Amino acid sequence: MIINLIDYLRDRLQYVTYSCYVAMAFIVIWSLSVDTSHAHTWAEKMIPGFWSLFGLCSCAIVIMVARWYGKSGIQTREDYYDN
Amino acid sequence: MTISFIHPALIMIVGACLLPMVRGPFRKPYMFLVPLLTFIDVIYLSGHPGTYGVFQFMNWELTFGRVDRLSMIFAFIMSLMAIIGTIYGMHVEDEWQHIAAWFYVAGSLGAIYAADYITLFLFWEMMAFASTFLIWARKDDEALAAGYRYILVHTFGGVVLLLGFVLRYQATGDLSFGQLNVSSPEFYTWLIMAGLMLNAAVPPLHSWLPDAYSKATAIGAVFMCAFTTKTAVYTLIRSCSGFDVLIYLGVIMAIYGIIYAIMENDVRKLLGWEIVSQVGYMVVGVGIGTSLAINGACAHAFAHILYKGLLFMAAGAILTTTGRQKLTQLGGLYKKMPGTMIFMLIGGLAVSGLPLMSGFISKSMIISAAFESHILWAGFALTLVSAGTFLAAGLRLPYLIFFGKNNCSEETWEKAQEPSWNMQLAMAIGGFLCIFLGCYTPFLYNMLPNTGVVFHPYNAYHLSETIQIMAFTAFGFFMLRKYVMPKDTTSLDLDWFYRMGGRAFLWTVKNPLQWCDNSLGKFYKSFGINCLMTTSAFWSWFDWHGIDGVVDGTARCVRAIGRRVSIVLQRGQIQQTICYTVSFAAVLLVAYVWI
Repeated sequence: MIINLIDYLRDRLQYVTYSCYVAMAFIVIWSLSVDTSHAHTWAEKMIPGFWSLFGLCSCAIVIMVARWYGKSGIQTREDYYDN
Repeated sequence: MTISFIHPALIMIVGACLLPMVRGPFRKPYMFLVPLLTFIDVIYLSGHPGTYGVFQFMNWELTFGRVDRLSMIFAFIMSLMAIIGTIYGMHVEDEWQHIAAWFYVAGSLGAIYAADYITLFLFWEMMAFASTFLIWARKDDEALAAGYRYILVHTFGGVVLLLGFVLRYQATGDLSFGQLNVSSPEFYTWLIMAGLMLNAAVPPLHSWLPDAYSKATAIGAVFMCAFTTKTAVYTLIRSCSGFDVLIYLGVIMAIYGIIYAIMENDVRKLLGWEIVSQVGYMVVGVGIGTSLAINGACAHAFAHILYKGLLFMAAGAILTTTGRQKLTQLGGLYKKMPGTMIFMLIGGLAVSGLPLMSGFISKSMIISAAFESHILWAGFALTLVSAGTFLAAGLRLPYLIFFGKNNCSEETWEKAQEPSWNMQLAMAIGGFLCIFLGCYTPFLYNMLPNTGVVFHPYNAYHLSETIQIMAFTAFGFFMLRKYVMPKDTTSLDLDWFYRMGGRAFLWTVKNPLQWCDNSLGKFYKSFGINCLMTTSAFWSWFDWHGIDGVVDGTARCVRAIGRRVSIVLQRGQIQQTICYTVSFAAVLLVAYVWI
C-alpha cells in the first residue's frame, strides 16, 4: 500500500511539487496572521515571514558551509586511515 | 516506612551473569523479563524518593541509591530503552553481546543513582568497558581498531575524572557527587567537567562517538546511542548546572555535529554526528542552568534516547539485511523496506522537531530558555541547527536511503528485506513513543525535575515558526540537493591527531628508535666487544704472566733454593750436616755476642 502510494506520487511529481509550493505559500500567509506577542526579538515582529526566511537561509548556510568545509581538505579518500 | 531497596543495576548484572545458563525456549522470555523487572524496580523506586544503599568503605561513605526527581527521569528512560534494545536484539544468538549490553545498562543506572564520586566512577568505568565489547563483538579489523581507540579515549576520560575528584577530595575532604561551585571554578572543577564532558562528546573530546558507533554491531549501536552521552548529560546537570562555558561549547557542538552530518556518507556515522549535535542542545541547557533550561535538557535527553534509538534501529535493520551502511551503496529501498522507511521517517521527523513529535516538545524548551535568558545568539544558533537537523536526518537521510538514485548492487537489492519481527516490534514501540510524547505532553512534562515550570509548546506562534522553518528548509534542500549528494569520502576530524599521532609514535619507535638501538648493537658488537676482548686478553696475560709469574716464580725460586741447599748442604752424611749446623749456630752465636 505504501509502495503503491509512493509510486503514485512519483508518477505525478509535477503535481506534488506544485502542491508543496501552494502549501508553502499558505504557511507564509498563515504566519502573517499569527499573533507575534510571543516573539523573542523585534526582527520577528517587523519582518513578515521571518522564520521562513530564517529556515531557507539556515538551510543554504548549512549546506554551503558543509560543502566549503568538506572541499577545504576535510573530506578525503575513504581509505585514508586504512581501517 | 522503610522500603526494601534493590538496586536496578543489580538486577541487570545478575540477569547478565545468569543469561548463558538460560537456553532454548526460555531464552527469549528471560531476555524480556530481566529488563522488564529492572523497569518495574525503577518505577517502584520512583514512588519512594530518598537515599538508599549507604555503605561504609574504609573512611568513605558510599551511596548507591540517591532517588530524586532528576535520577528518576533518567533511570526511567534508560530502563525503558533497555527493554526496547533487548527486544531489538532478541534474535542475536551471541550471548556475549547481550551480557555486554546489560552490564552497560547496569553501569548507566548505577551512575545515575550514585551519590558519591567513587560509586560514580565504578559504574562509569563499567559502562566504558562493557560498551567496548559491543564494538568488538562485530569481530572485524575495523571494529577491533575502533574498540581499542574507544577504550583508550574513555580510559583517558576516566583518569581525568578520577584526578578531578581526588584533587577535590584533597582540597575539601568531600566525595559527595553534587552541584560544584561553578561561579568560582577551581582546577579540579575543570577536570571533573572535562571527564564528564568526554562522555557527553563535547568538542574537542567528541571524535570517539561517530567512530565507535558506526563500527559497533547493529544492537550494540542501539544501546550505545542511548546510554553513554545521556548518562554524561545527567552527570553534567547534577554537577555543572549553570556553568556558562557549557553554553558556548554546546552551541559549537550543535553546529559542528550538523556540518559533519551533512558531509557524511556512512549512515550510522551520520547518526553519530547527529547525536553530537543534539547533545549540544542539552549541554546548552545545562550551561544556561535555569529551571526551564534544566527541564529542557532532561526532556530532550528523554526524547532523544527514543528517536535516536529508533533511527539507529532502522539503520541497524538496513545493515543487518543488506550488509551495507554507506549511502553510496544504498538508495531506492522504499520498495523493499517500506516498514523500516516509515520508522526511519518517524525518527527523522521527531529529531527535526515536527509538531506532534517528541523533538518538538523537548527541543523548543531549551531554545525558549535561551531566549528567555536573553542569550539570543544561542537561541538563533540552535534554531539554525534545528533546520540543519531536519535537513540531515529528516530529508537527506531518508531521501538517499529510500528514494533518490538506486546505488544498490544486485546482491544488496536481493538481500534487502524487512527485518525480523522482534526488530520491527522494537521499532514500532520506539515510533509509538516518539509520537505519543509529542501528542500527550503531560506524560513527559510531569516527570521533569523542576516542578512549577510552565511551558506550552503548542501555541500558534511556535507552531507557525516551526512549520515555516521546516517547509523552507525542505524547499532549500529541494533546490540545493545536488550539493549534499554522498561521496565515497571520509571526513577528517580531531581524531586525526590521536590516530595519526599514534602512527607517528609507532613510526618513531619502529624507525629512528629501532635504528638507534640497532646501531648501538652493531657498535657494541664491532667496537665494544673487541675492546672488551682486548682488555680481557691483556688482563688474562697479565694475570698469567704478571701475577701468576710472581707467585709461581717465588715458588720456583724457593724450590730451586731448596734443591740447591739440599744438594750442597744435605748430602746425606750426618757428620757433615751436624758440622754445618753447629758451625752455622756458632757463627750466629758469635755474631750475636759480638754484634
